Amino acid sequence: MNQLVYLVPLFPLIGFLLNGVFRNYLPKNLSGLIGSGAILVSFVISVLLFIEVKNGLVINQTLFDFISVGELSVPFAFQVDQLSSIFLLIITGVGFLIHLYSTAYMHEERAPHFARYFAYLNLFVFSMLLLVLGSNFVIMFIGWEGVGLCSYLLIGYWFKNDSYNNAAKKAFIMNRIGDFGFLIAIFWMILVFGSTNFADVFSKAATMPVGAAALTGITLLLFLGATGKSAQIPLYTWLPDAMAGPTPVSALIHAATMVTAGIYMIARSNVMYTLAPVTQTVVAIIGLATAILAATIALRQFDIKKVLAYSTVSQLGYMFVGLGVGAYTGAVFHVMTHAFFKALLFLGAGSVIHAMHHEQDIRNMGGLKKHLPITHITFLIGCIAIAGIPPLSGFFSKDEILAGAWSVNKIYWVIGVIGAMMTAWYMFRLYATTFLGKFRGTPEQEHHLHESPAAITIPLIILAILSFVGGWIGIPEVILPDAHALEHFLAPVFAKSNELKQAHHIEHSTELMLMTVSVAGALIAAIIAWIKYSRKTDMESRGFGKVLENKWYVDELYDKIIVRPLYATGKFFNRQVEKNLIDWLVNGIGKLVHYGSRQMRWMQSGQVGSYVLLMVLGMLVFFVLQFFIKK
Amino acid sequence: MTLIWIIAIFFAGGLLCWAAQFVNRVLIKWIALIAAVANLALVGAAYAEYRNGSAPGDWLIDYTVNWIPSFAIKFHIALDGLSLVLLLLTAFLGVLAVLCSWKEIKERVGFYYFNLLWTLAGITGVFVAMDLFLFYFFWEVMIVPMYFLIAIWGDSNRRYASYKFFIFTQAGGLLMLVSILALFFINHANTGNYTFDFFELQNITLSVAEGRWIMLGFLVAFVIKLPAVPFHSWLPDAHSEAPTAGSLILAGLLLKTGAYGIMRFVITLFPQNSAEIAQWAMLVGVIGIIYGAMLAFAQNDLKRFIAYTSVSHMGFILLGVYSFREMAFDGVVMQMLTHGISTGALFAMAGMIKERLHTREMGNMGGLWTGMPLMGGLALLFAMASLGLPMMGNFIAEFLILVGAYEVNPTLTIIASIGLVFAALYSLRMMQRVFFGPRTTPDRHPEPFLRQGELREGSAHSASAVYDLSAREFTILISLSVAIVILGLFPQPVLDSVNTVVQSLIQKNTP
Repeated sequence: MNQLVYLVPLFPLIGFLLNGVFRNYLPKNLSGLIGSGAILVSFVISVLLFIEVKNGLVINQTLFDFISVGELSVPFAFQVDQLSSIFLLIITGVGFLIHLYSTAYMHEERAPHFARYFAYLNLFVFSMLLLVLGSNFVIMFIGWEGVGLCSYLLIGYWFKNDSYNNAAKKAFIMNRIGDFGFLIAIFWMILVFGSTNFADVFSKAATMPVGAAALTGITLLLFLGATGKSAQIPLYTWLPDAMAGPTPVSALIHAATMVTAGIYMIARSNVMYTLAPVTQTVVAIIGLATAILAATIALRQFDIKKVLAYSTVSQLGYMFVGLGVGAYTGAVFHVMTHAFFKALLFLGAGSVIHAMHHEQDIRNMGGLKKHLPITHITFLIGCIAIAGIPPLSGFFSKDEILAGAWSVNKIYWVIGVIGAMMTAWYMFRLYATTFLGKFRGTPEQEHHLHESPAAITIPLIILAILSFVGGWIGIPEVILPDAHALEHFLAPVFAKSNELKQAHHIEHSTELMLMTVSVAGALIAAIIAWIKYSRKTDMESRGFGKVLENKWYVDELYDKIIVRPLYATGKFFNRQVEKNLIDWLVNGIGKLVHYGSRQMRWMQSGQVGSYVLLMVLGMLVFFVLQFFIKK
Repeated sequence: MTLIWIIAIFFAGGLLCWAAQFVNRVLIKWIALIAAVANLALVGAAYAEYRNGSAPGDWLIDYTVNWIPSFAIKFHIALDGLSLVLLLLTAFLGVLAVLCSWKEIKERVGFYYFNLLWTLAGITGVFVAMDLFLFYFFWEVMIVPMYFLIAIWGDSNRRYASYKFFIFTQAGGLLMLVSILALFFINHANTGNYTFDFFELQNITLSVAEGRWIMLGFLVAFVIKLPAVPFHSWLPDAHSEAPTAGSLILAGLLLKTGAYGIMRFVITLFPQNSAEIAQWAMLVGVIGIIYGAMLAFAQNDLKRFIAYTSVSHMGFILLGVYSFREMAFDGVVMQMLTHGISTGALFAMAGMIKERLHTREMGNMGGLWTGMPLMGGLALLFAMASLGLPMMGNFIAEFLILVGAYEVNPTLTIIASIGLVFAALYSLRMMQRVFFGPRTTPDRHPEPFLRQGELREGSAHSASAVYDLSAREFTILISLSVAIVILGLFPQPVLDSVNTVVQSLIQKNTP
């Protein structure tokens, strides 16, 4: 088993190659089968690996020498430990469900494009697996950029639409800005540690003093990478636009897996972060700010996918809060539960959009409860889970993060709870507007309303079950002693950090009180939103709502202060510096020579008389000069 | 002997092509192709034999005969790991250049292939000449035919472009000649020995001032060729006006002779003086990276756009060489190879698009993916290579250069890394304007070449219709794709080949 790690990414790679190369020749059901089958095989192997590492093993496999120059050696090597194993299961498990779902959702596409879609999707899974399997930062970076590419390709999958292309481009470039930070962090790492291998870097980092400048710098730069990939302030604006891609893509890449890469990276480097308290504070504050900002925007969105997108940004913010306060297990826990319920919600939204014939505005929906019974009930489970209402999964993971926040700074907790209330509010607003009340679409749409086929509902049901029970692997100490299976499982990964950081302990009574407050808050918000929006649909935003609907005008701001100036500078260089300065000089010198030689032409007139005259004049000048110089 | 064979085959092949013009015009292309393929085979065999590089201080091949004894000029050619990988690139792109011209060139075909092969001969010579006069000779051999290629078979503004190219490079070349002569005479004054031999001149002792001026002569020639900002202004014109194969050779090989010259001669002959200017040279490199990128996204002409991306990528060479770090040197070698391949591919594609649409304006393109999914996919691959996506060779190159440079000057390296963000900006913009978006031109064949059967490229009424790649075009692009991916996944063999060369450069340049 230990030497089979490479098989996990291999199958998606083969799937990509088959679908990519033979996209013109494969019938649709075959390319769907290849695409989904590859991921299923990977999932099976991942389960086997999981059983292996459950016993505390760490599997290492070196494939070949990737780069080896002087002291630096970067092997192409994989490492499976408890952390990567969790991610493997999420990526291949949720990934498979979404592939299955896609076979039905994308059935309108023509065969070559259908195959192209699955090729991209498999390439994505391959890159994502590289990202979590790599045993050094360079391999991680390869996967990191690879998922960015696939995200770009899939957002712009319908490439004839220019606004989709712009969204794709925006995603790639904002990610690139983050990757820039990641890259510099790698350079710095090589300078300080002489290696990028996790084992070397972390063991050397552990010997450094708390707050060492290099550690703070490296962790901040890595975090810049994370803000790009995981859509945090200031690089979050690409994610809502990324909803231009097909809905299963939004579920897989822009909710369940790729956007959690930043959390994986920081959890992976937890030793360095624990030793850099400044960075931790920055991570926590950025996470908190993002969580709140995105939640406020989600309150006033009308596009079903946009609400979910901002909700994703907001939930990712919570995960960063967890990382920032040192609740690493909680952050990873939330990645997992979020993967379940957010994938569920997106796929549910996809089912709705599918039934509504590509309608995404919730103002034109309503009353879908009776037409889409399975979608409705699973969506409701997703909403309860994300709102953090026990005993569904979201409650456990969010609670763990909030408890961690309280132990570091009580204000973090207060803000976190406010955000959690907003989450409950906008989710139930979404639920009520979509599924309750009266149908507000066209009669034609109503006529065509029907529940989606099995390939769509089966993933929904499985994800709904997972969203329901997924939290039970992390039951907090106060409720049931010694029942936090996930914490035990991940303990080896975070052992060093737990050793290094001073433990903040919360009294059990306090923790119970905090839990009650946050659950009560979420419940109240959910119930009010449910009642309010099932009676009356809000059609238009007024006053401050307008600002929220327009996302605080951040896109406009970025456009004004970054995008436009950049293009203007390019144009300026092209016109002023290149044409009017450099080329002017070059052509000017040419013209000067030309002009000069034309002026000299009269000297070569061919008349002996003038030659003699010139000669005499020249000699005269020479003598005069000679005379003066001598003096 | 292999080296002589390679050069001789290019020269002789060129002459044969020219001669064949008066005998049988169909023969010409085949002669050129056979010559190019034969050389690829020869270089390939040499690579198989010598790929592990030489022992330190040793040469894989070292061949000398007297050429013009009265002036102490020798025909001295030698091969080490650096020359070897560059020869491989030359031979590889040589074959593709011939294939690129297959349908494009319809006038004075014989003379065209004569010039093409002679340019390649000159480039090959430049990479192996170890006698400075011989080096200068090959330098000229490569420039003059290239001038003809642009001036005769170029686009509408070819006269201006070819003059500019010629005058720029010639000015640099003459300065280099002055420097070579200076070395020649100073060496004689020192040792009483007349020689142009690079091996002997390496041991020359120069005063700081002498070294500074002589180095400058070499350096100007090489940075014009590279090109470094602000000496780059010949490049966009030459690249965009040249025929496809001309652009391919210019970007893929000619620019590399500048980089090669700096590595081989400038920093080897003048280590102290190079150390003096190192910071400035790195700065110029970084300016080139940013400036080239900025200009790239202000372009509307597809070939001009690619030309400016070259300016940007070549900035990495200066940054890498003048950091004097092992990793950076390795990165520079990788950059020469991978930039040659990826930019060559982009130019080849620009040529193919031009054959179909008769335009270089990106504004007149758009939505080409629909009609040419095959080319679209490959273009995407090379756009990604050009923006430095991992798994492609260019990433390895730029990564190694930046790692090396970071140790020396973090600030400049950080600015240079911003170039990677800009690279994403301009590459994606190109993809969007050319291949994505709504279709602006009618496409005749949405299926790839394998299904066309009866419809062949170049038929009379295909004027401005879009059809996907022909088998020939597919061969060109797929071989480049395979090369760039292999270099991205397995860069180590190249690094091993140049290891001893890099080691000796490091030794020379460590104070």
